[in-house]
Amino acid sequence: MEMNVTRRTVLRAGSLGALSALIATGVLKPTAAYAAEWNKAAFEAHDTASALKGLGAAAPADHKDLILKVPDIAENGAVVPVDVVSNIPNTSSIAILVDKNPSPLSASFDFSNGALAEVSARLKLGQTSMVKAVAKADGKFYTAQKEVKVTVGGCGG
Amino acid sequence: MSSMNRREFLQILAAASAAGFALDARTVWAAGKGDNLYELKKFGNVHLLHFTDCHAQLMPIHFREPSVNLGIGGALGKTPHLVGEHLLKAFGIKPGSIEAHAFTYLNFEKAAKTYGKIGGFAHLATLVKRLRAERPGALLLDGGDTWQGSATALWSKGQDMVDACKLLGVDIMAGHWEFTLGDKRVLEIVEKDFKGKIDFVAQNIKTSDFGDAVFAPYSLREMNGVKVAVIGQAFPYTPIANPRWMVPDWTFGIQDDNMQKTVDEARAKGAQVVVVLSHNGMDVDLKMATRVTGIDAILGGHTHDGVPQPVIVKNGGGQTLVTNAGSNGKFLGVLDFDVKNGKISDFRYKLLPVFSNLLPADAEMAAHIDKVRAPHKARLEEKLAVSEGLLYRRGNFNGSWDQLILDAIMEVRDAEIGLSPGFRWGTTILPGQAVTFEHLMDQTAITYPASTLNEISGETLKGILEDISDNLFNPDPYYQQGGDMVRVGGLQYTCTPNAKMGNRISDLRLKGKPLEASKKYRVAGWAAVSEGTTGEPVWDVVARYLRDKKTITPRKLNSPKLIGMQGNPGFA
Repeated sequence: MEMNVTRRTVLRAGSLGALSALIATGVLKPTAAYAAEWNKAAFEAHDTASALKGLGAAAPADHKDLILKVPDIAENGAVVPVDVVSNIPNTSSIAILVDKNPSPLSASFDFSNGALAEVSARLKLGQTSMVKAVAKADGKFYTAQKEVKVTVGGCGG
Repeated sequence: MSSMNRREFLQILAAASAAGFALDARTVWAAGKGDNLYELKKFGNVHLLHFTDCHAQLMPIHFREPSVNLGIGGALGKTPHLVGEHLLKAFGIKPGSIEAHAFTYLNFEKAAKTYGKIGGFAHLATLVKRLRAERPGALLLDGGDTWQGSATALWSKGQDMVDACKLLGVDIMAGHWEFTLGDKRVLEIVEKDFKGKIDFVAQNIKTSDFGDAVFAPYSLREMNGVKVAVIGQAFPYTPIANPRWMVPDWTFGIQDDNMQKTVDEARAKGAQVVVVLSHNGMDVDLKMATRVTGIDAILGGHTHDGVPQPVIVKNGGGQTLVTNAGSNGKFLGVLDFDVKNGKISDFRYKLLPVFSNLLPADAEMAAHIDKVRAPHKARLEEKLAVSEGLLYRRGNFNGSWDQLILDAIMEVRDAEIGLSPGFRWGTTILPGQAVTFEHLMDQTAITYPASTLNEISGETLKGILEDISDNLFNPDPYYQQGGDMVRVGGLQYTCTPNAKMGNRISDLRLKGKPLEASKKYRVAGWAAVSEGTTGEPVWDVVARYLRDKKTITPRKLNSPKLIGMQGNPGFA
């Protein structure tokens, strides 16, 4: 099952950037894929403010063209689907952060030569947390965020 | 009905009520006024009949509406968070009337004796046939939670209800508890039993791998020359509130974006009326109506709110009517639209209570019900005990039926603390009535019934209560799950619904002593959603307790101390 999901996630990510999906699902360590650009300070930060600082994005502004799609309540905190699309012209990178995770910066994607700035990942959330997308375009940083609830479940209806 | 007839009818009911007579069809027919309650003049050219959350109640039953249904944040004092007199006042219902009994808990025991039982598929069938005779082309919509909630539904894997719904003439259906029969069983019913007869629709169920639709998102019908689309919305949090392992390959969620796309697609295909058959719960429906445009009505369920009139939500596309049609077979919603030149010009809505004594049983449906019950009759009718008090379930924090279950599992399992899920289904027992095995199954018939005994730390217990209270009291409806608070036995606590997540539960005490965070406590429970939970089915544990006690004294409800809820119109 786990194997199957991974394979399909890779297949699904074909049109988006298979490498990004592989990193997000944990198949490849970010260090392996982005050895040259591995942002140690940002990825190893233990709070969102430090991670953002590490990205050089200390105070990103909200932008309506940066669209973050996450569930309101996670069906399974271990694999929360996160989709980000940036319609901001000249988007060159997208990062995803989970505030309450031990290391908030979960993924960072770079786009070159006008690649479509759209990523899809599966992230682990240990507890209810704000999930943030941060996009870089023309040297400026933008953000969108939404809370994802992780719950023990049961007791519905 | 003429206002004169209606007044006379109400007077007869009031007189009967005052005299303490049980009202029956014969008395009312003899007076020549009985038809009036159900004499609903046809309006317009598009007709939708809607029932929801019947929870497999084929037989007439009693069902007490809640006296605690708190509205938090923006929902404070608004429909559906009005109980008792607040509800009567908001909808102009006369106290002491038959409608007051249908929609509120007020004077429940006496009114239940006067007006008799409610629901029952044979009586519902008669009402559906009558309404359909006057409304050619009317569609019958089933909002779901139909295949679960009774012994016979559990034992037949929903087949008794599937056959009853086909007989009733259901056209389109949505779902929630249906999925606790497992994905394979649901697909078997939809692909075989329902094929060509009932459309099972859900825009918000996708495969978890490629995101493909599992069911048709909507059904497009033509009625009296008008194209009508009915979009399905399954309970968005099924894999969280119920066992995920039963639907491992499906993902749910609210999915506003996809709902908007589906509405737009239906409109592009010529739909002049677009309705959503929803199992979101009313608070979620009310929010969705502000975010998605182009929906004429959301016919809702899940939260079991018997709402006499729709809430009208204004939005960018005009307006959306939001209804909720109660539970346990108690009501049938009738929505009539008048569509002129491709546009809705007006509507009429009535949520009709189904009083079994005022609607003769339909012979064909009665025969079906007899047939499904016959092999189990002895087991169903076993008298386990007699209850001295009223046994009911609905309410945000506890009900006397739940207290009885807690008392039973704690005593039988020798536990200090009991936890029982805050389900909203389950029928009501009047004082002096025998509690049969069937009644017990009305409260417990689920496909994951294992009773459990666990050692749980004080810290974890607080975490569980915090988590579940947020599912109920988060001010944003999209983070709510639509059930009630877990019922707690043995343990006292204070709840502050208006506080933020993680800060609502305080002063936890066991026999007066503060609960210790690191200490482990013996906790009895049932209905765990995790896979592989084993244990004796909870109905066997409670049945043993009832047989042993023989007489059930009125229960003392263990309910939390509430902070900040004074004057809340959802509290009586």
